[in-house]
Amino acid sequence: MLIKRPDPIRPSEITSESNYLNRRQLMAGLAAGIALPACSPQAAELPAEGELANVAKSPYSTDETPNSYEDVTTYNNFYELGTGKSDPARNAQYLKPRPWSIEVSGAAENTGTFDLEDFIKPHQLEERIYRLRCVEAWSMVVPWVGIPLGDILKRFKPTSDAKYVAFKPLVAPEQLPGQRYRTLAWPYREGLTIAEAMHPLTIMAVGVYGRVLPNQNGAPMRLVVPWKYGFKSIKSIVSISFERNEPATSWNMSQPREYGFYANVNPEVDHPRWSQATERRIGGGLFAPRIDTQPFNGYGQEVASLYDGLDLRRYF
Amino acid sequence: MRFIGKPLVFGLSLTPFAWLVAATFGVYGLSLGANPVETLLEDFGTLGLRFTMFALAVTPLRRLTGLNWIAQFRRMIGLFAAFYVTLHFAVYLVLDQGLALAPVIEDIVKRPYITLGMIALVLLLAMTATSTLAARRRLGKRWQKLHNSVYLVGILGVWHYWWQVKSDITEPAIYAAVLTGLLGIRVFWRWQRQRRVKPPVAAASPQSAA
Repeated sequence: MLIKRPDPIRPSEITSESNYLNRRQLMAGLAAGIALPACSPQAAELPAEGELANVAKSPYSTDETPNSYEDVTTYNNFYELGTGKSDPARNAQYLKPRPWSIEVSGAAENTGTFDLEDFIKPHQLEERIYRLRCVEAWSMVVPWVGIPLGDILKRFKPTSDAKYVAFKPLVAPEQLPGQRYRTLAWPYREGLTIAEAMHPLTIMAVGVYGRVLPNQNGAPMRLVVPWKYGFKSIKSIVSISFERNEPATSWNMSQPREYGFYANVNPEVDHPRWSQATERRIGGGLFAPRIDTQPFNGYGQEVASLYDGLDLRRYF
Repeated sequence: MRFIGKPLVFGLSLTPFAWLVAATFGVYGLSLGANPVETLLEDFGTLGLRFTMFALAVTPLRRLTGLNWIAQFRRMIGLFAAFYVTLHFAVYLVLDQGLALAPVIEDIVKRPYITLGMIALVLLLAMTATSTLAARRRLGKRWQKLHNSVYLVGILGVWHYWWQVKSDITEPAIYAAVLTGLLGIRVFWRWQRQRRVKPPVAAASPQSAA
């Protein structure tokens, strides 16, 4: 639908795309030309809003051009804030991402409830520019800021019983008005195998475009698993649990024939109602052709070995 | 009414199209959003479905209110339904699929909701092609038969919409309720008519003869 929408952030506050890209080039130049003193990881500061400081670059970033800040923050699937693509941006005001705490439970030595700031602090923030492929056959390139999930999880010392990690977001219909309607069984549930969770590509994102994550993108903290369909990357997380058995996941519970636990991007396995062979890259305008979808969303070299011997047609 | 009515309905029916064209070119700060192809696809589809419902509403509205003059708009409204459904398909074929025939044919054959949509489109185009008075005269009784398929188009359209929704069925459910009302009232009237005809039939039944 056609929507004229007020800007939640003043345009002057946003780093322009061109400045942002210039800065990245500058950083790349610095990295290549001058040997910086070996830097120890900087403790991550997570302000409530604005720019994030001390964000390191990462070799895992793609050099594809990121989508605009506007595309990334106005075209979202976040059913807790409404089922339309522009609903999350419109309803973002209701979500209160501070103060925030995360409960860690299950098969680990250090469990308990942690403040968001303490949760993030020991780590170095990294920029990860990733392709995002939605199960609905559209895609974007998003410059996330986050922390490798594995680094976070190791601090809780998972035991040998921890075969899976389960995630849940906040349940609070007054903050997430979409939860008033049973479009899905709330809370939303997602999970990964421990190997997927520990993989260096998997991050816990706290920002985008060098800034604190906007509410509609899953503030204050969301998963990003770039080789899986977007619905695996659960938003606004309040609960992390180490599990012995495969956890139930929301879309699989809702339509088991259409959405599997693994949900790896796979052009060979169609969704029962549409093809997954191609995708529409957001931002190309009216006449941009669809592009071919890559196995594992182009991250096969890094992650395909996680699934050796697994029938990807059956475990879709 | 005769001289104002039709141009007025025509203008109103064309307004959403003009709006979307304006948004396509960014006129008045309007925009199709981050995924313009999807916006056009969905909006034309919704308009096609709505105009099908409007066309189906003309006769019940006329009978319930006695406003017989609204019957003159029925054909135009039906043609707009065909217009928007055709645009919906054109956006899918040209902008979304880039005229790549193999995936389109695969979609039509393999994806039931697209099969349903295609059947509805073909029926609408057949009705469009025979919408003139001359065609009506030429086809005689078969004309009514063909144009009764508008009921089927309504059902196929709502089904097509319902089937492609991911999980929030609120909107297709609203269309289904409206369609049930529009078709239900016709079934009810037919049942009433048959009941009125029945008594003499009952009088001639074997029991009373015996």
